Amino acid sequence: MLENGVRLLPVDDDSWRLEAYLRRGGYETARKVLTTMAPVDVIAEVCKAVLRGRGGAGFPAGVKWGFVPKGGAGPKYLCVNADEAEPGTFKDRLVLLRAPHQLLEGMLITAFAVGIRSAFIYVRGEYARVSRRLEKAIAEARAAGYVGPRLFGTDLGLDVVVHHGAGAYICGEETALLESLEGRRGQPRVKPPFPAVVGLFRSPTVINNVETIATVPQILARGADWFLGRGLAKDGGTRLYSVSGAVRRPGTFELPVGTPLREIIEVHAGGTPEGRSIKAVIPGGLSAPVLRPGELDVAMDVDSLSRAGSMLGSAGIIVIPEGTAMLDILHATARFYAHESCGKCTPCRIGTAWILKVVERLRSWGGGPADLDLILRLAEGIKGRTLCPLGDAAALPIHALVTKFRSELERAVAR
Amino acid sequence: MSYAPSPAALGRIEAAIARYPERSAALLPVLHIIQDESGFVSPDAEVWVAAKLSIAPVRVREVLSFYTMFRRAPAGRSTLQVCHNVSCALAGAEDILLFISEKLGIAPGQTTPDGAISLVTVECLGNCDHAPCLQVDGVDHGPASRETVDALIEELKSHA
Repeated sequence: MLENGVRLLPVDDDSWRLEAYLRRGGYETARKVLTTMAPVDVIAEVCKAVLRGRGGAGFPAGVKWGFVPKGGAGPKYLCVNADEAEPGTFKDRLVLLRAPHQLLEGMLITAFAVGIRSAFIYVRGEYARVSRRLEKAIAEARAAGYVGPRLFGTDLGLDVVVHHGAGAYICGEETALLESLEGRRGQPRVKPPFPAVVGLFRSPTVINNVETIATVPQILARGADWFLGRGLAKDGGTRLYSVSGAVRRPGTFELPVGTPLREIIEVHAGGTPEGRSIKAVIPGGLSAPVLRPGELDVAMDVDSLSRAGSMLGSAGIIVIPEGTAMLDILHATARFYAHESCGKCTPCRIGTAWILKVVERLRSWGGGPADLDLILRLAEGIKGRTLCPLGDAAALPIHALVTKFRSELERAVAR
Repeated sequence: MSYAPSPAALGRIEAAIARYPERSAALLPVLHIIQDESGFVSPDAEVWVAAKLSIAPVRVREVLSFYTMFRRAPAGRSTLQVCHNVSCALAGAEDILLFISEKLGIAPGQTTPDGAISLVTVECLGNCDHAPCLQVDGVDHGPASRETVDALIEELKSHA
């Protein structure tokens, strides 16, 4: 068990296969957990490790598992959220491609901890090709007895089904994902009841991001203290940071939680190409409010980004270079949320479409600086008035773009 | 004009239904299977699916019209998707889109007159380290340049 548990992503692209995974100690942690541990101790260890959700909300995974009622006669479900669609995020793609067995091992441990025998992996429709490797890995695991009935000689079993979405950002929201899995429009549900109590097919359900679940074996292999020590912040472990935009080496970097944003951009992603400087950075996927060059000395963990007025979100970092028209960024942002609003809540449905109309008017020289105030008022009207986080995810970045780049936007539209 | 899937597609549909505790949960996979075979989901196919899954036809229409990957009308033999979200826009996606539009003589949302290629814009494909990125019939491409796009379009046309 030397290599297993140290890195989430193997460096070698070919090491996704079961044989390679077993060579580096794969499934040994699940064997240990299922044959020697009590579920309550597994949950306690993951709670102690402060494994915060890697999908966007940052909710501690162990705490979420603890919300599921103990016992009960009916089924319970595990849903792995592989609906990676937050713009600027491409890390779960790599987990599915390079570490599918690590995901499956994490699912076995999670299912054991919560008392689940049936799991679904919700993969965004656009990742159908990516999903083929996951499906091959599941077939390998099933053939070798790592997925299916009677795991490791116990009475425990786990059935795994891959479900493909069909192009809807909203399905990354956990209750919209459940609706979609049940064969309906991906429109969020009213909470409470929370999915841990009433989820998929009206049964208690755990929903976690791909990276979150794939990180679980590390914690049980080496312990919560080791995991906590891996992070630079008070939450534990490493994270997969996606970096795109104006950098020399765009890609995904596995680094401690709390690594400084500037270090990720300048050291790991190689900094901006020669002759270009940074104008702005979106630190956690498009929904995260933009940071200016003077705000980049921030640690990439949930609490630090929150204090900086933004959010860690999916840790998708987009570097915007000097020379970019921020009106264009505002337009791409407004267009995205207007397109992806599911239509259920009026403030989001009408607000995002209205903001897009105003931005389009500004781009065609038909508006003026007063329209910027209208955009701010519309964003404020959406914020906090929707069932799911998409409303805030639209309102906050748009509000930040307009307030932080107000003088440039005023110059751009004042003619 | 009634709809019936091929025996192979029907086999896949039955297998999909068997994976879920409730038949209606198989709606998305069933629509994917039908679209894979037919290129789109016709009104007759909607009625067939509703009967197959024991749900109202309106439920099929609701779902079909909600998800952007489903088509209710035929498209070109290939669909060229161009991402124009922020990371791709920073890498010149709008230029690539304009170049493709001019080369094919169609705007986004249209299909070439010979029925070979449909062009659409899409939001983030989760491939931002290969910006500007494209997806053609499910296969990722990127970073796209005028040269790679030229070659890609020639290849798609040769499939005609």
